[in-house]
Amino acid sequence: MKSKDRNYFKILRAGINTTYQDLGRNNLYHIGIPFSGVMDKRNFQLLNSLLQNDYNSPVIEFAYQGPHLKYFGNDIFFCISGNVSFKIITKEGVIDGNSYQCYLLKNGDEVDIHSTNKSVYGYFSINGTFSVDYYWGSCSINTQAQIGPNNGNKFSKDLEIEIIDINNSFNKRKLDYLGSSIENIRVIKGTNYDYFSKSSQNKFFKESFKITKLSDRMGMRLEGPKIENIVDPNIKSEGLVKGVIQITSAGDPIIMLSDHGTIGGYPKIATVISADYDRLVQLTPGSNIKFKDVSLEDAETLYKLYQMETNNLISQIK
Amino acid sequence: MIKNILNLGDAALYCDFGNDVNQEINSNVIKYFYHIKKLNLKGITNLTPSYNKLVISYDLNIHSFLSLKKKIENIEIKEDNKLEKNLIEIPVCCDNNFALDIKRVENKLKLKSEIILEKFFSKNYFCYMTGFVAGMPFLGDLNQEMRLKRLETPRVKVPKGSVGITEQFCNIYTFETPGGWNILGNTPQNIFDTSNQSKPNLVNPGDTIKFYRITLDQYNEIKR
Repeated sequence: MKSKDRNYFKILRAGINTTYQDLGRNNLYHIGIPFSGVMDKRNFQLLNSLLQNDYNSPVIEFAYQGPHLKYFGNDIFFCISGNVSFKIITKEGVIDGNSYQCYLLKNGDEVDIHSTNKSVYGYFSINGTFSVDYYWGSCSINTQAQIGPNNGNKFSKDLEIEIIDINNSFNKRKLDYLGSSIENIRVIKGTNYDYFSKSSQNKFFKESFKITKLSDRMGMRLEGPKIENIVDPNIKSEGLVKGVIQITSAGDPIIMLSDHGTIGGYPKIATVISADYDRLVQLTPGSNIKFKDVSLEDAETLYKLYQMETNNLISQIK
Repeated sequence: MIKNILNLGDAALYCDFGNDVNQEINSNVIKYFYHIKKLNLKGITNLTPSYNKLVISYDLNIHSFLSLKKKIENIEIKEDNKLEKNLIEIPVCCDNNFALDIKRVENKLKLKSEIILEKFFSKNYFCYMTGFVAGMPFLGDLNQEMRLKRLETPRVKVPKGSVGITEQFCNIYTFETPGGWNILGNTPQNIFDTSNQSKPNLVNPGDTIKFYRITLDQYNEIKR
């Protein structure tokens, strides 16, 4: 068959908050630009490993509902990570796809990513490279500051996703993995922990909080018992990091996520540990969170364990 | 000059320079910031200077809290390290369409709008930090009689270019974003330029800002 000179996906339906992401951009907090990057780093790493891509290759991230894509070009493989339901539509018929498996697409085939299941984010990529522009060393789209490819905007219908390179020495691989979840989100006490009353400190760890719909790539707003501030509802604005839990003037927790504002003036009651961040971001609005207090030393160890788990999964890819 | 180093979560140092907000403490923060930035230490993923704190984010695969804390504590900064300071002039139009909160400010400060604006434009302002959203400068200090609280209910959308005041500070909204500062005018000048990747910020910590007043015609001329 004659080789096509252009390989691309046409977006028939954009899905929700569909963007390019990679590991994000560093060392720009001081001018107000957050890391951005994939929300769920483990699923990003697994996807690029499954597709034998470089570890920081761009992927397409979506939330709740993914895009419906029609492919034009030479044969290509794709793979999806996360807990995702999708269909592959070819001339032979329609099949249900499984996450963490690679599938072949031919000219004219479609992938319809219906939804993420009991989770928020899913990832799509190919055995090749999307044509993306880099901003400060990253192709991550930050829609809030409009930084990144596609003029910093999320994908929209009829957009064409260009592919500049297909890896022809690719062999199809898969991983048997169902995802991981945890009961509690583990945190380290924050720098303003003593701004809150004893009974509120107890409630913060004993009771559960509900994730509200006001949650996106910037932050996750929670509701539950009101956390009573006994010192000052504001602090002088200072640097924030991913995972910081601030308590607003109304007494509600808000967790900083990958596109968060770089500085903030609400007191910090705690910070989610690095090992639990990937699982935190996958919790859906309406579900409940319970926080558990751990020491800094334990958090450092738990991170090493989490990295080992990820590497172990990568080694199981066959 | 750093009083204390704590951890902010498991992947950031929280360097405390004191509780007051003044240019002396802030200049120390900024000196440390530029010094550490220049060292280009492997595994440092972000440095966030603010009024009186410096947050240093790091890659947990490369550093642990205690080892990096030791490294930072051993840094010596010469007292006579001079800060690079630029004077930047920024045009502001205070036409009624832009001065969204001038009535509120008149009522709260019990001053006539012309007096308020005269006082506002008569001073130079020091840039303590930039951030929250890309390129937004936090400037100070306003004179005592110019200080008021932020709006009780923040605006869902503050127009890009808005110049606002609250407490001892003023700022410029570099993007359309939610916000609660009292808006006195709008600048046609681009304060953050995404396409200029080596120097996207017009204003950097340590710089001095002089606002000057322009008419609506001049505003439209610059915008064009």
